[in-house]
Amino acid sequence: MKFGFEILKDRQIDFDKLDRSFSFYLRESEPSFRLCIFCGTCASGCSAAKFDNFSLKNVFLLINRGFTEQATDEIKKCWLCGKCVLSCPRGVNTRQLILKIMQKTDNK
Amino acid sequence: MKKKVLVIGGGIAGIEASAFLSNMGFDVTLVEKEEKVGGHLNNWEKLFPTMRYGSEVLDFLKQGLNGKVKVLTSSELEKIERIEDQRFDISISSGLNETADAILVTTGYELFDARKKEEYGYGIYENVITSADLEGYFNSNREVRTSGGKIPERIGFVHCVGSRDEKVGNVYCSKVCCVTAVKQSIEIKQKYPDCEVFCFYMDLRMYGMHFEHLFKEAQEKYGVQFIRGRLSEAFENQDKSVLIKVEDTLLNRPLKMSVDLLVLMVGFVPAQGTLKIGRMLGLENGINGFFKTRDQHTLTNVSNVQGVFFAGCCTSPKTITNTITDARAAASTIAAYLLNCEIDKRTVNTRK
Repeated sequence: MKFGFEILKDRQIDFDKLDRSFSFYLRESEPSFRLCIFCGTCASGCSAAKFDNFSLKNVFLLINRGFTEQATDEIKKCWLCGKCVLSCPRGVNTRQLILKIMQKTDNK
Repeated sequence: MKKKVLVIGGGIAGIEASAFLSNMGFDVTLVEKEEKVGGHLNNWEKLFPTMRYGSEVLDFLKQGLNGKVKVLTSSELEKIERIEDQRFDISISSGLNETADAILVTTGYELFDARKKEEYGYGIYENVITSADLEGYFNSNREVRTSGGKIPERIGFVHCVGSRDEKVGNVYCSKVCCVTAVKQSIEIKQKYPDCEVFCFYMDLRMYGMHFEHLFKEAQEKYGVQFIRGRLSEAFENQDKSVLIKVEDTLLNRPLKMSVDLLVLMVGFVPAQGTLKIGRMLGLENGINGFFKTRDQHTLTNVSNVQGVFFAGCCTSPKTITNTITDARAAASTIAAYLLNCEIDKRTVNTRK
């Protein structure tokens, strides 16, 4: 019987228990991934973001915090137009990273 | 007769200003309360942004003192009195008496006492240290270890401890801690490549010419990670590692993490000597407890008392580079005053 109550899920990120292996893989295979300062320039000029709730910056953050599942779902919204490569002020090779994330999505 | 200048404080600013003034032909006495000159620079091994040794800078500065400046170490001022309109009579703890035509105050800063930020656990938890403690390890060539003697596998640096924090009464930015954290995290990675390093910040103020480059190097070459969010509190795990709580402000979610060592980037506060000399001379303090300069843009070495000048961190937190520049500026300001130069008569008019 349900009474309209349920146990709330813990929102806290427990860093010690995260599986960050995909983040480590990206940091090694495309070192410019380390340079992201999460400024959001990529997302502000993003073609897809105009129509979809999509932010590459958030995808990167999710990966760094071990939420790989969520990230590989999100990346499907990307159109691969490449505007973010042009705009990134830190020289992050976003295209290369997106392709690697998409590869992970395909392998699911 | 040679005009006399008394310089109070033998840190970077005091040494460099004394050197310039004595070389210009003034009779300079430098009073330092510690056993040796050099101030905080004695405690720092390598300097941002070039990683050069602090001792190299100190050696360069000391060359300027060479025999020309009367240096009184382990000495404190007991009394300063104005005897004539433009002269001061000074009693020094060693029993010495001096007169001076101008006084340069270079009393500097002290590091924020991290115990005041109790929620971070400095002095309570074994594995919480300050940036100065960490530099002490580097400077004395000791290996960095946890209290249990283990090589740290994860270190957290906390920015803005005692700075930009109304809760501890310091609303200002201490200017040097951001880049010091970057410098020290690189040094940790150089010594212990397997150690994971995280910096917790609210803003990264990489304003200096080469700071941004150092920051990028920390990320790219050394893999230092930066998480935007200010710690709310730290706890001690059973194994004595430190559990920290922070919001990942970019993901809008609270985060907890264990670190083997937590390094608090302590900011600058006005030195006790600054407060003491201020009272003796009747110097005005600004809103943050540092000395108030006559004008914020133009008369930055001039005090509210005629014949008394400032240089270095007694007026605001400064980098070493800025302090050296400020000391030279103070030396020329004092020279203009003592030589009665036309340029010393300028005033700042405020438009209504």
